[in-house]
Amino acid sequence: MTGVRIIDRTGAVFLVVLLAVAVLVPVLNLLVPPGSPFHVPDYMIPLLGKYLAFALLAVSVDLVWGYCGVLSLGHGAFFALGGYAMGMYLMRQIGTRGVYGNPVLPDFMVFLNYKELPWFWHGFDMFPFAMLMVLLVPGALAFVFGWFAFRSRVTGVYLSIITQAMTFALMLAFFRNDMGFGGNNGLTDFKDILGFPVQAASTRMALFLATVAALAGGYLLCRAVVTSKYGKVLVAVRDAESRTRFLGYRVENYKLVAWVLSAMLAGVAGALYVPQVGIINPSEFAPAQSIEMVIWVAVGGRGTLVGAALGAVIVNAGKTWFTGALPEAWLYALGALFVVVTLFLPKGVLGLWSSIWARRKAAAAPPVPRPEPAE
Amino acid sequence: MASPHLPISSADPYAVKSPGVYSLEAELADVARAQNRVRDPLAVTSALLYLDNITVSFDGFRALNALSLAIDEAEMRAIIGPNGAGKTTMMDVITGKTRPNEGVALFAGVNDLTRLDEAAIAQLGIGRKFQTPTVFDMHTVEDNLLLAIKESRAPFSNFYWQRTPFERERTDELLERIRMTDQRKRSASELSHGQKQWLEIGMLLAQEPRLLLVDEPAAGMTDQETADTAVLLREIAKTRAVVVVEHDMQFVRDLDVKVTVLHEGSVLAEGSLDQVSANERVIEVYLGR
Repeated sequence: MTGVRIIDRTGAVFLVVLLAVAVLVPVLNLLVPPGSPFHVPDYMIPLLGKYLAFALLAVSVDLVWGYCGVLSLGHGAFFALGGYAMGMYLMRQIGTRGVYGNPVLPDFMVFLNYKELPWFWHGFDMFPFAMLMVLLVPGALAFVFGWFAFRSRVTGVYLSIITQAMTFALMLAFFRNDMGFGGNNGLTDFKDILGFPVQAASTRMALFLATVAALAGGYLLCRAVVTSKYGKVLVAVRDAESRTRFLGYRVENYKLVAWVLSAMLAGVAGALYVPQVGIINPSEFAPAQSIEMVIWVAVGGRGTLVGAALGAVIVNAGKTWFTGALPEAWLYALGALFVVVTLFLPKGVLGLWSSIWARRKAAAAPPVPRPEPAE
Repeated sequence: MASPHLPISSADPYAVKSPGVYSLEAELADVARAQNRVRDPLAVTSALLYLDNITVSFDGFRALNALSLAIDEAEMRAIIGPNGAGKTTMMDVITGKTRPNEGVALFAGVNDLTRLDEAAIAQLGIGRKFQTPTVFDMHTVEDNLLLAIKESRAPFSNFYWQRTPFERERTDELLERIRMTDQRKRSASELSHGQKQWLEIGMLLAQEPRLLLVDEPAAGMTDQETADTAVLLREIAKTRAVVVVEHDMQFVRDLDVKVTVLHEGSVLAEGSLDQVSANERVIEVYLGR
C-alpha cells in the first residue's frame, strides 16, 4: 500500500539478467576453451563493457527525458567530462613510460612546450580525487546550466537547442591545443589503472564487472528516485508543469535536482567507458553523439529506465555489426530504426515486449465475462 | 491489474449519493481550521484579497485597467464579463503568473502578491482551478490528491517518503468529499471531463487554501454535474473564500452570491445577479454590440 515498489517485475528481470551477464561472461571467457562456440573471446570483454557504460548513460538520459520531460541533446558533454576526468588520472599514471619520459608532464604537454603542469591537472594523480571530479565536474556544469535554464523557464525545443549548443561549445573548446586537454588527439596511450595494466585481460574483466555493478547501482538509484514522492512530482512536472507550480512546488528546483543527478550518472558512465576503449577525445562532445543517446532511449522505451539500457545495448550492438558488415549503411539503418520506432513502437522495444507478454497472458487466461450493459 | 475492469454504469456516478451529503467531521475540521486563523496585527485591510488600481498592459493593450476588488474571508464571489474583460488576467495577477504594471495586490492584508512567484503564492493559501481541467494524467486519482496535500514542497524532503497516516486520512476524506472513493486507483487519464473537474477541485481542497480561484467550473458539464458542482462550491465557501469566474448564468444563479461584472479590465457593476442584470450598462455591454 505504500505505492510502487522500487524493484518491479521488469526491474527484477533486468537485475537477474545483469547478474547472469556478470557470472556468465567471465565463465564463458575463462573456463570455456577458445574452440567452443560458447567461448567469449577477450576482445569482446571491453566491447560489452562499452555497451554497458552506454546503457548507464542511457539510463541517465531517461531520468531527465522520460520522467521530467527535459529532452537533453547535450548529455554527451557530461559523459565526456566524466571521461576526461578519468583520462587525466590515467595520463598521470603513465609517468616516465611516455615517449618523452617526462615524469610529470604527459606527452602532449611536452610536445606543446608546456613548462609545468596546468593548475587544473593537479590532484589527478590521486585516484579518489579523480573519482570525485568524475562526479563533481559534470555535476557542477549541470548545476550552473540548469540553474539558469530552469529559472528562466526555458522549456521544450528551446531547452534542447541550448543543451546542444552547450556540448558543441565544449567540443570546440576541447579541440583547442591551449586548453590543456590534448587538443583533437585527446588523452590516450594509457598504461595503468590503480597499478594494474589497463590492457591486461584481468583488468579488463574487472572493469567490465565494475560497469555491470555501476549499471545495476545507477538503475536502482534512479528507480528509488522515480518511485519516491519526489519522482511523482517529477512526472507531474512532465505532464502538467503549470498545475504543479500552482500547487506550490518550485518546479525549477525539482528539475535541477534530477538534472544534476543525471549529469553525475553520465559522468560515471564516461569514466567507465574511457579505460575500456583506451581513449577520450573531443569527438565525444559532438552533437551527433548526444542525439544518438536520445535514439537509444527512444528505441528501448522512454520513461522505463530498463528500456533505455536495453535500447543502448541493441543500437550499439547493431552499430558494431553494421560498421563491420555494411559500413555505409549504418546511418541509414539508424535513421530507419528511429522512424520505425517513432511510428510503430511509441513505447519502444520494451513496450512491444510488455504488450506481447500481456497478450499471451490474456490468451492463456479464461476469457473474462463481458460486463453486462447497464440497464 | 489484480481485478478485471468493473462494469461502469452509464448512470451518473455522482447520483448514487444525494448531493449535499458529505463527511460532517471533515466539515467541522475545516470550520475549526478557519476559526483558528488569527488576523495578522500588521494587516492593513480586513479583506482577504485586496486589489487596488491594478493595471496590466500587453504591448499597449490594457488587459486590466485600474481594477479594484476586495474579497472577504469565507466569501463567495462570482465574476462575469464578456470575452476579453480581463477575468483570466486578473487570476494570473493574483496567482503570480503575471506581474501588474501598477497597483496593489494584498493577500490577508500583509502579503504583497506582486512580489511573490506562483509557488510562494500557492503556499500562502491561494488555489487555482484552470478553465480546462488540469490533472496529472499519468497518476492515479489518489496520487493526484497526494501531490496536492499540504505537506513539504521541498525536493529533498520528498526523497525518503512513506505515505503518512495524515496523508492517508486526508486522501480518504477528500475522496469522500468529491465522491470518488471507488475511483481512487484509476488513472486520472481514464476519467470523464466532469470527473476531472471534480478531481481538480479536490486537489485544490487538499492544498487547504484560504482563497480558491475557480475558472469556469461548469464548462462542459452535464446539467446534473453543474448543479452538483454549485452545491459543492457552496459547501466549500462556508469555510474559505471562493472566486468563481463563469459564463453560465444558470450556474451563477445556482451559486446565489454577490456578482462582479468586469468589462474592459475594470469593474462595471457589483451586486446580486438580479441587480446587475437590471443595470443599464451591463445590458449594453452584453447585448449592445
